[in-house]
Amino acid sequence: MSYNYPDLTGHFGQFGGTYMAETLIPAVEELAAQYLRYQNDAEFKAELAYELKHYVGRPSPIYHAKRLSEHLGGAQIYLKREDLNHTGAHKINSAMGQALLAKRMGKKRVIAETGAGMHGVATATVAARFGMECIVYMGAEDIQRQAPNVFRMKLLGATVVPVESGSKTLKDACNEAIRDWVTNVESTFYIFGTAAGPHPYPMMVRDFQCVIGNEARVQMPEMIGRQPDAVIACVGGGSNAIGLFHPYIEVPDVQIIGVEAGGHGIASGQHAAPLTANAKVGVLHGNKVYLMQDENGQIIETHSVSAGLDYPGVGPEHCLLKDIGRAQYVAIDDDEAIAAFDALCRFEGIIPALESSHALAHAIKIAPCMGKDKVLLVNLSGRGDKDMNTVARIKGITL
Amino acid sequence: MSRIDKTFAKLKQHNRKALIPFITAGDPSPELTVPLLHALVEAGADVLELGVPFSDPMADGPTIQRASERALKLGVSLRSVLSMVAEFRKQDATTPVVLMGYGNPIEAMGWAAFAQRCAEVGVDGVLTVDFPPEESHDAFEYLQRHHIAPIFLLAPTTNETRIQQVAKLARGYVYYVSLKGVTGSGSIDLSAIEDKMPQLRKHIALPIGVGFGIRDAVTAKAVAKLCDGVVVGSRIVQEIEDSTAQNVLENVSRLVKELRQAI
Repeated sequence: MSYNYPDLTGHFGQFGGTYMAETLIPAVEELAAQYLRYQNDAEFKAELAYELKHYVGRPSPIYHAKRLSEHLGGAQIYLKREDLNHTGAHKINSAMGQALLAKRMGKKRVIAETGAGMHGVATATVAARFGMECIVYMGAEDIQRQAPNVFRMKLLGATVVPVESGSKTLKDACNEAIRDWVTNVESTFYIFGTAAGPHPYPMMVRDFQCVIGNEARVQMPEMIGRQPDAVIACVGGGSNAIGLFHPYIEVPDVQIIGVEAGGHGIASGQHAAPLTANAKVGVLHGNKVYLMQDENGQIIETHSVSAGLDYPGVGPEHCLLKDIGRAQYVAIDDDEAIAAFDALCRFEGIIPALESSHALAHAIKIAPCMGKDKVLLVNLSGRGDKDMNTVARIKGITL
Repeated sequence: MSRIDKTFAKLKQHNRKALIPFITAGDPSPELTVPLLHALVEAGADVLELGVPFSDPMADGPTIQRASERALKLGVSLRSVLSMVAEFRKQDATTPVVLMGYGNPIEAMGWAAFAQRCAEVGVDGVLTVDFPPEESHDAFEYLQRHHIAPIFLLAPTTNETRIQQVAKLARGYVYYVSLKGVTGSGSIDLSAIEDKMPQLRKHIALPIGVGFGIRDAVTAKAVAKLCDGVVVGSRIVQEIEDSTAQNVLENVSRLVKELRQAI
């Protein structure tokens, strides 16, 4: 069929591209060349498959959330259990792929940005696994919000650098990681956390994350004899979402729904939902995407209860999927996400990440209006252990 | 002939090197930017690089980041920076002004409107750090239409193919980033610059300015010997940060005079 993005220069329609300072252009060109060389290399693929199976614990199961579905009285909710991966989230899928590439490129030092800390933990994990030096940049505010993950990264031997500039969250961590890369470009591999940034990252991270959707396409027919009616995932930068969505783009009759962080509500302006809020196209962190900005093109501070979704942009492929109408994007606010978090804890004995709780909240919202024979597949992208402090604080509890 | 071309032609005639200071527009205050620009010229600047503040200056070190934050807090925008240039031009019709910054504020205004406004107020060149040649098609077209020079960066990591590509598109001068790093970082490696120059000269007929990591008169002098112009940014922005509104003009002027004498 006709969907084949990005083009050779890394563009998804008008989105994507390589908007980087000159010093880094040769580095991303080299990365693109190396990735093209290895992506279909039998030995590379075999090693990645081995690590995903024996180290990460794939395939991740799909679970029918029966009690929750019965309680809602409508569509059946199924969960793709990325929370059961080693390190507790989907981030390891891509970190592992990138680490294997770094190894082949002879890079001994890896850097990463992180918001909720899950990508930082995944990167610290693969760095330890392959004996690489690891530096993780993390906004000072996120370090407060996600203290357990900071400790995990340190246990794994990584250096966690607090970022004090700007809003002290994910976008600022990303700025700082880029500054490190421009300084240490020859020795360093930047393990990027999401399907955004300069080409080839949106494509490469997507490809590594597509293991999620590829597994689901096999698992769903095994479980229910058909594909789901809709696939639902949360979207910050959008790597877990594109990993689930991409294999479904050309599967007819499967609705694709991305769930952004509505924060205090779209009307409040305090959110992290550029697609839902119809943000203007802009350029940040190496790519052209829908971007939360003021009328002067300055990036505005975002808000979400979930550090992993607290980002003003979104991956370029999601921008394209929105424009061509293949995916639909909605927002779930902080309160709805917390309610979904509670519901999954109580009805299913699963503590979800606050990020994933956004996707779940949308399923909880639409399931009651659908027939009991309908099936929603939600990507449970991560587990919620890291969010204990945040949730306790919201509930007014001191741990 | 453009103001930039005229300036470099005249310098060449006198066997002199260009001094190209950088300041962030609106730092320490919007009112002081135009007086600072005039003070720079009076102290011996040949080309002025005026930084357009951006919320996420990924290629800049802490000094210029802080300058951007100060300016943004005071409400400085791309529009107000363009007005500052208009104000500067009332008293200076000859010194070239190059706007330096990131692409998004221009994207938000639209390249067509931006290029037209640049021509109206007397901007001579535009350097967008995060817009390499391959993403600059629209930008290039609009800038050319209004005879605004697109200024491109080259880096130690730039290979020969890319040097040729930039040579085709660049106008005015080419800015060679002398080290791998952000602005204001590291120390400069003179022999590395010396080694790279023949490769650059082979393809680039335009004057070559060198910047990043030039902090004092001694370094400026040594770098000037290797190229056609010396760009000094973070050191001047640091001087602005360390000064008061009362003595900033005097302090910056003294620093730039020192640099001018050295090169």
